[in-house]
Amino acid sequence: MRVVPPARPRKLAKVPFVELADGRLQGVVSSGSDIGRVYVSSIAAGTYAYACSTNNNRPCGGARGGFCNHIRALVAEAVLQYGAERVARYLKAEPGDGELDGAGLVASLAATRPAPGGSSAAAPVFSRFLRHLTYLELEPVTAPLPEMHWFPSTGAVA
Amino acid sequence: MRTDLLFDPVDGLDEALAAVDAFDGVLVDGLLRPQPAQVAGLTALADAVAGTPLAARVTEAVEKAVAGAASEDHFVVLAAARTALMGSVHDALTARIGEVTGRPRAAETAPAADGEEHAVNVLAAARAWLCDLARTGWHGIDHDLIAGAAPVVSAMLPDPLLRRQAALLDGFAAELAASCPGTALERVPERRWADLWSRALLLTLPGAARTPAVSPATGRLLPLGVDVQEHATAVQAQVHAVFEPADGAAPRLVRASVSAPKPDTVVGAGLWQLLRPRMSLLAAVGEGRSMELDAMPLTAEGDLLWDDERARAGEAADPFATARVILSTATDPVTAPLDRHPARIAVPVLLEGYAAESADDGTLTFDLAGQRLAVDTDRAPAAGPLTAKAVATSGACVGLLRWDAGEFVLQPVAVETTVRKKTVAVHAGAWAGGTTDKAGARAEKAATDAVTVLRERAGRLLRK
Ligand SMILES: [Zn+2]
Repeated sequence: MRVVPPARPRKLAKVPFVELADGRLQGVVSSGSDIGRVYVSSIAAGTYAYACSTNNNRPCGGARGGFCNHIRALVAEAVLQYGAERVARYLKAEPGDGELDGAGLVASLAATRPAPGGSSAAAPVFSRFLRHLTYLELEPVTAPLPEMHWFPSTGAVA
Repeated sequence: MRTDLLFDPVDGLDEALAAVDAFDGVLVDGLLRPQPAQVAGLTALADAVAGTPLAARVTEAVEKAVAGAASEDHFVVLAAARTALMGSVHDALTARIGEVTGRPRAAETAPAADGEEHAVNVLAAARAWLCDLARTGWHGIDHDLIAGAAPVVSAMLPDPLLRRQAALLDGFAAELAASCPGTALERVPERRWADLWSRALLLTLPGAARTPAVSPATGRLLPLGVDVQEHATAVQAQVHAVFEPADGAAPRLVRASVSAPKPDTVVGAGLWQLLRPRMSLLAAVGEGRSMELDAMPLTAEGDLLWDDERARAGEAADPFATARVILSTATDPVTAPLDRHPARIAVPVLLEGYAAESADDGTLTFDLAGQRLAVDTDRAPAAGPLTAKAVATSGACVGLLRWDAGEFVLQPVAVETTVRKKTVAVHAGAWAGGTTDKAGARAEKAATDAVTVLRERAGRLLRK
């Protein structure tokens, strides 16, 4: 009945936000050295054009000639959250035979030698991440929400 | 229990649903320039409500829609006609369930009194977006159109009176966004999206957000089980329970709900963690306790508007004992007019003496004297001990009777199984208040860590 399966649990310290949206795998990656800084990283579906910059629009030094560590972490965490198959399908990736995991997907994308893309998407991604964080600050309510019956939990572990 | 009646055909059901399906097909390609097949679909809707008080207005709305000139008011009328048909399906199915359980029904409720209008502007913005959807059609959706819901949802979320609208629009928009572009859609979930669209549209009308009339409930609350619902950015837990009024009046079936918006990465035990602080009943459910209520607001539809100040922990209460002793005498609530829809039927029942049968494809049925009732174990929350395996080996089950895809379905909320000759109960909501179970405790820790990271990030990045 549900169209969008729920996210799988994962650790959020390195990559607090991941989404498959606007034709890109994109998200927010915490800086390893500066706790006040985050990177906005993305890979476009189809072309795998990649981008990485800080939330203040400074380009990431690691993403000049290929995927930086932020982009690699983004793919790995997206695979944990959505499953490798869904991420690969969204990116229109055609990984080789064998078991698909995060590292394998990164390798198969990098092997196509994708070109760097623009960083114009950073601002909207970062603002969606901030919007997403505001959801934690909203109070629960105890008036019934009858329409939630259209969104059943689908979590049973066999 | 006359469970045999669950398998008898319901008069008029197919005809009503055929008219609904005809209309739902219209929304696939949108109402900008209706084609002959869409005209037929609109006409089927009008024909189905001919002879009702809606007839004249629906006929007019259909004429305008056929000409590609439907206004917002016309779309609202079309949504109302579809909702009325679903309401009639709901009524027929709940009447049937009433025959099955043999329980008394509460009297019809009076419509809520007029109140002041609330948040008119943001509701108008929601209505405009929904009407754009109907003009565009599911095949026409793209990211720009769907992104139009985000500012509306952001404006609604901080207002507790608009949570219902916000949670619906947010979940619906996320689903549509995941399906963009519409031109590439192989299969459109026509009835589901038309359901969500028409409900969202009616909820933008003045009065739809009104708080219903309440009366104070004082007495003992005996939980039966918990139902959890979630989409990426919202969760709701509903505790189904029997309320025994202190004044000796007849026991009533009631629900207590608690819901919260959430980031999509808060899942599993994280859902309980968000909801727990707002409703002490979740802890009572986890501990297998009753609660004593003191003037807790209760709507005529059987919804307790929970307030921790008005509840205190009571004695131990086994849901199976409640189900065996009191459930059959409890009064079923009557659904509010706007909420009548088959998808929200969830009626607590106790089943015993069935034979659970697992098919090779993993589907589970309960054989009830030769007839097979479908069992939906997927709806059990991930952070809980109730698994498909436990249900498949059970001998008694407290469940919610639902209706899905043309048949009655049982959603187990608790089962009794036999382990080493002893009867053991397994509850879907057993971890609602926390748990000492090993797997449960791990899930709690993971969820706490996730929320800690997000709060840290929010503290650093949000207020700059
Ligand atoms: Zn980088």
